Amino acid sequence: MEKRVTFSSWTIGILFAVPQLLLIFTFFYWPAGQAVYWSLTLQQPWGGGNIWVGLDNFRSILSNADYWNSITASLVFAGISTGLAMFIALVLAALTDRQLAGSRFYRVVLIWPYGIAAPALAMAFRFILAPEAGFMAVVNQVWPGFWDPGLDGADAMASIIIAFSWKYVGYNFIFFLAAFQAIPRSLIEAAAMDGSGVMRRFRDIQFPLITPTIFFLLVINITESFQDSFGIVDIMTSGGPANATNLMVYKIYSDGFKGLDYSGAAAQSIILMLLIIVLTIFQFRFIERRVHYR
Amino acid sequence: MASITIRDVKKSYAKSQVVHGVDLDIASGEFVVILGPSGCGKSTLLRMIAGLEDISGGTIAIDGIVVNKLEPRERGCAMVFQNYALYPHMSVAQNIGYSLKVAGVPAAERTQRIQAVARTLELEHLLDRKPMALSGGQRQRVAMGRAMIREPKVFLFDEPLSNLDAKLRVQMRSEIRKLHRRLNATSVFVTHDQVEAMTLADRLVVMNGGRVEQVGTPGEVYSRPASRFVATFVGAPAMNMLEGTVELDGLSLLGGSRRLAVQRAGLAVGTQVAVGIRPEAVRLVAPGTAGALDATVDLVEELGAGRVIYVDLDGASFSVMTSEAVHPEPGSTVGLRFSPDDLHFFSSDTGTRIEVFKASVPEPAL
Repeated sequence: MEKRVTFSSWTIGILFAVPQLLLIFTFFYWPAGQAVYWSLTLQQPWGGGNIWVGLDNFRSILSNADYWNSITASLVFAGISTGLAMFIALVLAALTDRQLAGSRFYRVVLIWPYGIAAPALAMAFRFILAPEAGFMAVVNQVWPGFWDPGLDGADAMASIIIAFSWKYVGYNFIFFLAAFQAIPRSLIEAAAMDGSGVMRRFRDIQFPLITPTIFFLLVINITESFQDSFGIVDIMTSGGPANATNLMVYKIYSDGFKGLDYSGAAAQSIILMLLIIVLTIFQFRFIERRVHYR
Repeated sequence: MASITIRDVKKSYAKSQVVHGVDLDIASGEFVVILGPSGCGKSTLLRMIAGLEDISGGTIAIDGIVVNKLEPRERGCAMVFQNYALYPHMSVAQNIGYSLKVAGVPAAERTQRIQAVARTLELEHLLDRKPMALSGGQRQRVAMGRAMIREPKVFLFDEPLSNLDAKLRVQMRSEIRKLHRRLNATSVFVTHDQVEAMTLADRLVVMNGGRVEQVGTPGEVYSRPASRFVATFVGAPAMNMLEGTVELDGLSLLGGSRRLAVQRAGLAVGTQVAVGIRPEAVRLVAPGTAGALDATVDLVEELGAGRVIYVDLDGASFSVMTSEAVHPEPGSTVGLRFSPDDLHFFSSDTGTRIEVFKASVPEPAL
């Protein structure tokens, strides 16, 4: 039985919750409220108060082809990088689960990428994927013009996807490995006795039993790919070439702090927030149904 | 229906050897129980038969075919696991029918066979439930059904009853026995519970420290234990053991404070032996009775139908099981009497049984 602590009086309970509520209010609700306020007003770049403009900011953003391009780029980035990061991590975890010698070592080594700040790893990948030196230079020597993220939008998108996936493979791996390890050994053995081979066992037993983890990671990865991509884009491509990697989160920054369009940037961040909320609701509504909780 | 032949089977892990050369022949249709304390290698042996563990040395053959290198699915064995190992995301019907599904049996035939098995095990009304929603006994039956549906050559049971409560365990025990009588499939059952072992087995295999100590019918193992280990492990409360030394005209017990007049039968004077007597073979008599040993009562355990009386015999602990209406008080003195035919003798060095002694009634030392 689960034990629940109960308090006889309301005040004690509220007192316990106050520090946490204060933090959430200060660092989440207040800024979010400010963003909503700014998105409905026109803020002047040099100060001097806000002018109420209603939904004009949203109208102007949503009628801008650049913004739709940014949404498309963000969705492509989110889809491919989440898929890649989760698939690679799943394969690595499934293989590791079978041969456990040294799994502690893998665990430590594979969590490191997640601990590296996005700009730092972006810097590293900028060198690794540079067209003029290193490995890609050799490839370019063989097929001239094959790789140039500075000129080719698709190459630039591939670069940031690789960098982002590399970071999240480690994170996903830890969760997948833990999920695989949580499946009792005897279930796998029972399936083996029932005549099921390695691949069949993975499909029929292991995969269904880790669906809660897959679902959790899907939500986290998609959310993070909209938010945590900023540092990578900033260092590796600065949104270029020709806006090919101008993801929503990066566009908010560049429009707001480089273009000094605070109100437009605030409206964009509201749209990004709504998009993430909608995607998360969608996942809970339609994907969670297929999850087997134990 | 298949015989199993085990020849000099060994199992070692990186640092330690856990099974040391086991030889065993299991006849077709026989119900064999492997009994032993935890860590004796009994489960490892079963898992080697199943194909879940590699065999480090020796051979295992099922129906004359060496299966050492065969995958579990190619051996024709079905196994019931200790924790049942039911697939939590599948319904009872899917659990039972999984092996058929893997084997590509058409859905219609599958349903029919699932129904047949469910009828046998009285699971028909539970077929749509998930394992989570079942009681321990029902889960146990689903696990049995999953093994049965494949009509395997060999049934393997890995302590399947140890997670059940006492009442259910007795009930499932008799169900397993009935099932075996009907299906008559070769069965190997691993347990550390001696009551389970005695009641289920056609033949009992007692293992200790990775070796087979004795193979025999439950009756043989109980009445003529082959070693000191078997003698103390089988039977509850455990057989009493008294250390003794061979003397010219018999045995001196407990450092010389008691004497047994027995024939020496070729054993050298001074040889150390252990004398065993089952608690249920001892009778309580009035203290001072001729031919009886006097002892002080330490503790009385009431069992309802009888009681176990622990007595102190010159510093050695000794237990007596009686169903007579005697209730000695702790601290009082009682006389212990037993027939010489009920004594077992074991070598103090090797622990093996010695058949040579013919005991007479014990007498107090002069």
